[in-house]
Amino acid sequence: MRLKYLALAAGAAAMMAGSLVTVPASAQDKIYIPLLTYRTGPFAGSGTVIADGLHDYFTLLNERDGGIGGVKLEVEECETGYNAQKGVECYEKTKGKGAIVYNPYSTGITLQLIPKAPVDKIPVLSMGYGLSATAVGEKFPWTFNAPATYWSQMSAIIKYIDTQGGVKGKKIGFIYLDVGYGREPIPILEELSKEMGFSVLKVPVGVKEMQNQSSHWLQVRKERPDWMIMWGWGAMNPTAIKEAVKIRYPMDKFIGVWWSGGNVDVRPAGKTAKGYLSANFHGTGANFPAIQDILKHVVDKGLSQAKRETVGDNFYNRGVMNAVVTAEAIRTAQKLTGKKVINGEDMRKGLENLDITAERLKEIGFDGFTNPIKVTCKDHAGAHAIYIQQWDGESWSKVSDWIEPMRDRVRPKLEAAANAYVKDKPGWQTQSCS
Amino acid sequence: MEILFNIFIQPFIEMFTAPDLLIQVLWEGFVSGTLYALIALGFVLIFKASGVFNFAQGIMVVFGALSLVGLYSLGVPAYVALALCILIMFLLAATVERFVMRPLVNQEPIILFMATIGLTFFLIGFGEFVFGGEPKLMITEELGLPTGSYDIEAFGGLIILQQIDISAALIAGAMVAALAVFFNKTRIGRALRAVADDHQAAMSVGITLQQIWVIVWFAAGIVALATGIMWGARSDVSFALQIIALKALPVLILGGLTSIPGAIVGGLIIGLSEKMLEFYWGPMLGGSIESWVPYFVALIFLWFMPQGLFGERIIERV
Amino acid sequence: MFYRENGQFKTSYAADQAVFPILQDRIALAALLFVLFVVVPFTFSDFWLNSVLTPTLIFALAAIGLNLLTGYAGQLSLGTGGFMGCGAYACYKLTTIFPDVNIIILIFLSGIFAAAIGFIFGLPSLRIKGFYLAIATLASQFFLEWAFGRVAWLYNYNASGAIEVPTRTLFELPITGPTATSATRYLVVLAIVLVLTFVASNLVHGRIGRAWMAVRDMDIAAELIGIRLLRTKLLAFTISSYFCGVAGAMMVFLWLGAAEVESFDINHSFLILFMVIIGGLGSIIGCFMGAIFIWNLPILLRSTFGGLIDAATVEHISFMIVGALIIFFLIVEPHGLARLWQIAKEKLRLWPFPY
Repeated sequence: MRLKYLALAAGAAAMMAGSLVTVPASAQDKIYIPLLTYRTGPFAGSGTVIADGLHDYFTLLNERDGGIGGVKLEVEECETGYNAQKGVECYEKTKGKGAIVYNPYSTGITLQLIPKAPVDKIPVLSMGYGLSATAVGEKFPWTFNAPATYWSQMSAIIKYIDTQGGVKGKKIGFIYLDVGYGREPIPILEELSKEMGFSVLKVPVGVKEMQNQSSHWLQVRKERPDWMIMWGWGAMNPTAIKEAVKIRYPMDKFIGVWWSGGNVDVRPAGKTAKGYLSANFHGTGANFPAIQDILKHVVDKGLSQAKRETVGDNFYNRGVMNAVVTAEAIRTAQKLTGKKVINGEDMRKGLENLDITAERLKEIGFDGFTNPIKVTCKDHAGAHAIYIQQWDGESWSKVSDWIEPMRDRVRPKLEAAANAYVKDKPGWQTQSCS
Repeated sequence: MEILFNIFIQPFIEMFTAPDLLIQVLWEGFVSGTLYALIALGFVLIFKASGVFNFAQGIMVVFGALSLVGLYSLGVPAYVALALCILIMFLLAATVERFVMRPLVNQEPIILFMATIGLTFFLIGFGEFVFGGEPKLMITEELGLPTGSYDIEAFGGLIILQQIDISAALIAGAMVAALAVFFNKTRIGRALRAVADDHQAAMSVGITLQQIWVIVWFAAGIVALATGIMWGARSDVSFALQIIALKALPVLILGGLTSIPGAIVGGLIIGLSEKMLEFYWGPMLGGSIESWVPYFVALIFLWFMPQGLFGERIIERV
Repeated sequence: MFYRENGQFKTSYAADQAVFPILQDRIALAALLFVLFVVVPFTFSDFWLNSVLTPTLIFALAAIGLNLLTGYAGQLSLGTGGFMGCGAYACYKLTTIFPDVNIIILIFLSGIFAAAIGFIFGLPSLRIKGFYLAIATLASQFFLEWAFGRVAWLYNYNASGAIEVPTRTLFELPITGPTATSATRYLVVLAIVLVLTFVASNLVHGRIGRAWMAVRDMDIAAELIGIRLLRTKLLAFTISSYFCGVAGAMMVFLWLGAAEVESFDINHSFLILFMVIIGGLGSIIGCFMGAIFIWNLPILLRSTFGGLIDAATVEHISFMIVGALIIFFLIVEPHGLARLWQIAKEKLRLWPFPY
């Protein structure tokens, strides 16, 4: 008995001693970028590929160019498991090391970080997710969601449907993951349905039902909507596509949000998913010079966790795109401030003055990868336009031009939502844009 | 009035006007029900023989399916991989018995329950460590399982029966029958039932508890593997699958924690009622009521039969 | 040597029944409180306050709530997360409707709503026992999760479906919302947790606590000696949910700052049940120990392995170690850390002599 307790006590003491050895502040000649990623948990399928993309582009910059502006980047991943509490823990742990920007990669974590950003003076870049209202730069000086918000995306999808035979009098089904992320676009969808005269069928899918959607799709079969729009994530996507195939829903009338367009999502349904549509804001495939560079300088040297064949996947490129936006903002910040090693406040300036033109994209090896992004003080989303891509059984192909959202409808709603958010927070930091 | 109409009349009108949909819903409920029953069976096997409420059943489903797909991706032929998986499930059972069950013998049920949650954590970490967290495709065709569907034109509409669902129901039925025979007709099966009735009495007539536990955990592991293949074929193999195991819990309390027929009848009741309620009454409540409706169905039954439909009546004495 | 009670004589029944009868314990407690209230807020970093101490205290309170129900009254519940959510959403609605009422009062009031819900979902306990009851409490967990997402009124029709904490002040000093410092929030949490711990400690040492324990040990026997099962069990559910509700309200208002439905999911119910079991069923101090252990172990593992291997592998390894350690602890000491603590104290009384 004695020995047992002694062993226990010794174990406990050892744990305490090894505990929380304070990590020394990073050297001042590096730019520290924490990445809140997830390669575990129910959403790991989508998360892993994105994390690889993010990680690999930063590694490329270090390997090929020696960092940005001569300063090496120090990239550290912190595993969140798509869990808001772990995300906040990651944030608290890394913010003291001189973090210049956060990419939370979860709407839940983004919501937690938005109020912290102005206090700690570290901007949040939620690229294509998070709170739509943060596009309003006057009210959210520290949060950016370039290149587009969920609301502008929804309006663009409706616009696309309108060009494919009109929406008036049609019935549009909306199947979504029943969490904050999935519910986000409902207000704009309902408003548009009133204005443009189509009806909406809402089909929520609970997190526990992600892989058990047969009754949801029978609902779809009963109601026979003319189009289906999906706001899914993780394991919900492949199951939904399989169930849609099962009830013989026409795949070319089924549009996924840009988070429902991963190669891992369509692959389980394989050939039968042919024709499935998905929104996107960047190119897919590995046929970009910069992505070839990643293969050459990073993947082939064994510096990446990614498998060679996933490079160029839709979500891999999403991660790369996120890294490109971050890197370009760092460059802009360096140019504006004249400093080489920047801090969070400089990064905010860099993000706010971000201007990625078509020429610049070509220069960095991403010719035509995405629509030019120009962030302004007023508009923290920047580009807004999206396009629709189609799955041909093996890869994605672009089937529409860049579609501008209905800015006149979306912007007032964004502003109203931003005002509502700020209203009960006295002392909330805003800025005036002239 | 409109509410009453929506609750009591509208759904039945829909059932009669579109009988093809009604049959489709019933079929989906039946298939889900058999699969829930299969998961519940895994729980029942272990609870019956050792009194352990094995929360790790869900992760065993994932673990079995992942090992199968993982081995196949290494180039092992599908059927060999399946055989190896059965071996893995046996090793898992032996390890669990040696390192979890044996040291915890005679502890309170809640402690054993907690230990299986600890086991769940361990297996999640171990599984992701070995196989990675990304979802994988189930090797349905390679295992010789059908993937097509039968389309039946009847009742003024189309009824689509997926072949994989039919084979799932058949396999589930076969496993249940095999287990029933095993429990009732074989020597080991009788020993299992003796252990379930009274640990000490069973030991005193020369039954080794350890051996019995390895056997039940192994049987539960095989059931988990079968479940994993079936659910994996319906969507994909990822760690999200373990959530499915939660669906078996209302089945368990409805059927009784110790009854094999209970798991089957309970599974069918839950599967059918869940799909019917979701499809015909769910939209009125905003949808996605499947997450809690089965529990309320089970609670209603429990109110009248506190030990479940087939559970053992316990006479309490001071 | 230092932990001797020689010369400490108890001259009244009250002194004999004190919660801390030994002088050294009282001194140690006073010193601990001094450190927690005065030293910690000024010296510890944001990471320690926000990610270690504040959540540990909040979870300890939730664990006390669950322990009252499971450890003292013997009713196994898996619905803790849902009851915490009730408190959080109630507090959010209350502060929306009455923005001028002090937030601390509202946090205490919000527990009452959770208690009411707990009362309703405690009703099946009259018929159902053991694991059947545990699974039945999952009904409340899943129903509440669904309701938090579906009833838009609860989150003020926010587009994001999340509740975001407004700024509220105490004596002009912001204690909730983004502008409140982590030290102030920590102090408020600490104060509330201590007050409620005191209440809980008195409850379990009094008539109610003894009735609960009688029901736990054998409910038929308890009924025979004149304890009304209906009232006692429902009281346990109600009070337990009150504690969980207050913990939930604090979790959102004083720690997270914003919450979605997922902040109250089934995993939290298990997390808190772990704290109770590892800490020790039927022990208040065990709840604190369990919360410290279960909440901080993964943080510890992550920061120990942090720089060495990639983040995902760290997560896998920490899952494995947490799982293995839980099993290990259950094997070596099924009565929890509180029991180990007790044994250590017994030994210390005699140390360095063997008898």
